[in-house]
Amino acid sequence: MTAFLTRLFGRLPVGYLQLTHNRGRLLAALAGVAFANVLVFVQLGLAGAMAESVAIPYRLFKPDLLLVSPAESEVLSDAATLPRQRLYQAMVHPDIKGGTSIYMARATWISGRNASSSIQFFGLAPDATPFFQDALAAPLVSLSLPDTALVDTLTRFVDMQSYAKAHPEAPVPFEFQNRQLGAVGTVSIGGGFGGDGVFLVSDQTFFRLFPKRSSATPSHILLALAPGADPTRVAAELARAFPPDTVRIRTVTQATGQEIRHQMTKRPTGLVFAFGVLIGVIVGIVIAYQVLSADVADHVREYATFKAMGFRQRFFVSIILEEAIILAAIGFWPGLAFSHLFYTTLASLTNIPIFMTPERAVAVFFGTIIACSVSGLLAMRKLAAAEPAELF
Amino acid sequence: MTDAAISVSGLDHFFGEGEARKQALFEVNLEVARGSLTILMGPSGSGKTTLLTLMGCLRAVQAGSIRLLDRELSSSDESLRIDMRRRLGFIFQAHNLHDSLTARQNVMMGLQVHGRGDPTRQALAVDHVLQRLGLGERLDYLPANLSGGQKQRVAIARALVSNPDIIFADEPTAALDAVSGLAAVQLFKDLGRARGTTTVMVTHDPRILDLADRVVTLEDGRIVNSRHAPV
Repeated sequence: MTAFLTRLFGRLPVGYLQLTHNRGRLLAALAGVAFANVLVFVQLGLAGAMAESVAIPYRLFKPDLLLVSPAESEVLSDAATLPRQRLYQAMVHPDIKGGTSIYMARATWISGRNASSSIQFFGLAPDATPFFQDALAAPLVSLSLPDTALVDTLTRFVDMQSYAKAHPEAPVPFEFQNRQLGAVGTVSIGGGFGGDGVFLVSDQTFFRLFPKRSSATPSHILLALAPGADPTRVAAELARAFPPDTVRIRTVTQATGQEIRHQMTKRPTGLVFAFGVLIGVIVGIVIAYQVLSADVADHVREYATFKAMGFRQRFFVSIILEEAIILAAIGFWPGLAFSHLFYTTLASLTNIPIFMTPERAVAVFFGTIIACSVSGLLAMRKLAAAEPAELF
Repeated sequence: MTDAAISVSGLDHFFGEGEARKQALFEVNLEVARGSLTILMGPSGSGKTTLLTLMGCLRAVQAGSIRLLDRELSSSDESLRIDMRRRLGFIFQAHNLHDSLTARQNVMMGLQVHGRGDPTRQALAVDHVLQRLGLGERLDYLPANLSGGQKQRVAIARALVSNPDIIFADEPTAALDAVSGLAAVQLFKDLGRARGTTTVMVTHDPRILDLADRVVTLEDGRIVNSRHAPV
């Protein structure tokens, strides 16, 4: 390794030799950097899981226009209702090919003794298959049967094994709020951070489950555009056609992005994750700084000797950065491994969509290098104590 | 180019500020000939180390003049002093070897201060100077595995490996036995004859006074005696 680094740097790898000379300190430093990496990965993983769990329900829809009441429009599941009349008004527009209403409500499912799950219900028209992802087309049609549901295999706190074979020909019965329902199929959505699972039912079944809800006031309206129509233009024209401030019109992609931003910047959980990342970065910088500054302090006389010999400041900067980058590059891998283990364990325990992405791993790797380099540059201040005239 | 490697005239130096300001050197005048071996002597606090650090470009000149290898230091900035230090070799009483570098690597640093070079030639030069100082069997030893004398010889090798124009040494033989000490000083003498390398050395070692071309004695910041060796 020394020979390789010597060829790479064009000089002796003094930083590497210093780091590896004191094995105990090196191991402690690597453990510290790995720990900071785990902190950052955990927070980023949770934040990513939140964004993913926000995006998954939107992926049920094909990406045309989404109409929602402006009163509570940021979060899909919290949407206030809007008049179904808007659907009919929108259909007048020549570029609107079709539309459908979506009804949403949350309820607790007592699935057994001491077992309850918060379920998000979507009430959909079974014949509205063009508005939903292709994989849902056939299962949606089966919801035409009264009191049937597509149940979420990722529902928390329920053993969903028994629902795996649910089929329209052989519904799996279950009780919900004193109603007997039949699972005729499954979806894999997950409850994310707001609930424990998602069930899809027909709009008619939805109204039986939630008798206070009316077909005249859906939660959302989905609009399909004619081929080639510009969603932005159509949205603007629709907005002008509706009474002011009564409808918010966005593409599904826009709505997804806005809800993710809302969850990350306005909701406490998103802010907690952001602070967690910040704390992880600070912990990493402090640990790397402690190691590097202690290393400089231990070698002040040697550095002063190098100064006396005529080495310039950039040489010392290169040594400290060499140490910082080595710490970051080696400490990253155990951090990555532990984080991957954490993600896998958490995903299996909670069914939240937490997983390592290459983009996140690369970002944290370079972030670690930058953080350790910042620590190294801070530790450089200790070099001022290396005064060559004091050596005599 | 003059015959003097170092020319000091009217040199004053002060430490501290305000009422704590203390003068360490008073009107020092000194010429050191190229290729000579000059020994600075004097009691503790006499100013010999201050003079050595000023001539070695480790401190800025406050008052008076020092010409070093035909460059005036009195108006020099830190960048020029660093450039000049690359032409000098320093041997400190404490060896100051890097504990994580082997003997060979420590000496190699004396070459790498000059930038990238031919690695093979650099390695040969390092091995040669270490062998010359009797450390051929200890090339890959860390300082922790070397005796005090061996460490000091590595430090001497580090100072000599880049063929400096001037060597500044502070008690370089203090950690060496009589034979090794004399051999080291004899090496400085040989370098003076062969390459014109000038050596300025602070020492209290009476065994090597006879090898000096000149012995300069300081007391209270002033040169009180300067005698040349008999021709």
